[in-house]
Amino acid sequence: MSQIEGGGDEGHKKGPGVKKAKKLSTRVDMTPMVDLGFLLITFFIFTTTMSSPKAMNLNMPKDTKNQDELNKAKESGALTIMIGKDNGVYYYEGQLLPDGSNFKSATFSTIREEIINKKKDVMKSHVHDGSCPEIWAKNNGDKTSCLDRDFVVVIKPDQDATYKNTVDILDEMTINNVKRYAMVDITPQEYQVVQATEKNSGK
Amino acid sequence: MDMTPFVDVAFLILTFFIMATKFKPPEPVEITTPKSVSTTELPESNAVLVTIDKEGKVYFTVLSEKNQGIFDDVINSVNTSRNLGLTSAEKLNYRKTYMVGVGFGQLKQVLDMPADKQKDLKQPGIPVDTTGGDLTYWIQAAKAAFAGQSLKYMIKGDNSSKYPVFKDVIEGFKKNDVYKYNLITSPEDAPAGTELYTQRRKAG
Repeated sequence: MSQIEGGGDEGHKKGPGVKKAKKLSTRVDMTPMVDLGFLLITFFIFTTTMSSPKAMNLNMPKDTKNQDELNKAKESGALTIMIGKDNGVYYYEGQLLPDGSNFKSATFSTIREEIINKKKDVMKSHVHDGSCPEIWAKNNGDKTSCLDRDFVVVIKPDQDATYKNTVDILDEMTINNVKRYAMVDITPQEYQVVQATEKNSGK
Repeated sequence: MDMTPFVDVAFLILTFFIMATKFKPPEPVEITTPKSVSTTELPESNAVLVTIDKEGKVYFTVLSEKNQGIFDDVINSVNTSRNLGLTSAEKLNYRKTYMVGVGFGQLKQVLDMPADKQKDLKQPGIPVDTTGGDLTYWIQAAKAAFAGQSLKYMIKGDNSSKYPVFKDVIEGFKKNDVYKYNLITSPEDAPAGTELYTQRRKAG
């Protein structure tokens, strides 16, 4: 700090031999405080949960034995996705052929494409009928809302599927705006095919 | 070198973290939830939480912040429906018990322990099977206790837990005519180029 000679009390002339009072520095050593500050920052960064968990809604149908109450799905618009072990995904369109020739393997990165392609196909072959105006009304008159009416995805996780994979596939439904999907138990026939495929690929 | 601005920023960050931090509630079991694009907030109260850990063990928790009486209702209800013969001290201890992970056979034993000791106990998980198992009675009790109030059913599963356990849990809910669930997931952005992505972009 600079001083101005002869200004204020500081510059007051004292007699000879009178020592000037030693000026103490007003600066405080901030290092420990800063150290503590950073320690706390580190602590809070580690303990904090930045992204709070979110809820994913899942609605399941009521179990019914009555065949009339079951929703019918058009074969042409159905896509069945099966989840096996070690992140394996398998799918087929329509009904599974007895020889299993339409049974295909996919991965979690390619299944989205399959869903999108199938959806496009279904929307292309859409035929208008009496049930469309009702769907339009529900979607504020949006005439494209009826196109994917027949598109149904059936999700069948098998005994070896993990919970993560199941949620991932359910999430794909939201991501690709699939309005009709269902989670159903895998049939013994399908399970056999999945297991055979897994065996062949060395899983 | 003048460190002042640097220290200023550091303390600003510190203040931010102190303000923004919400401490994780004590969880006796570690669960890594899967990711999803969902954005619905979790209910903090008036909810039933079923936890599935990575070994496939099932735990049951009732969340009620305001009304402690709910816990009494739940434990009384299972006590009578399953003839457990719990003492009033054990019933009172249920209020403090965060999660139950044992079959009805061992419930008495767990409730005899002080709540802070229960954390260290390795619970074997509530038995579930294709008909719902013991979990069914817990859900039934909770549903009855919350009658007339809103109640959410949450399922918190670990990434590596298997699907059959999840299905059995669902079965336990279905037995009680509960068909809507909230799966707890960590948030994730919608992948670029997908329909949801376009929708969300449009909505702003």
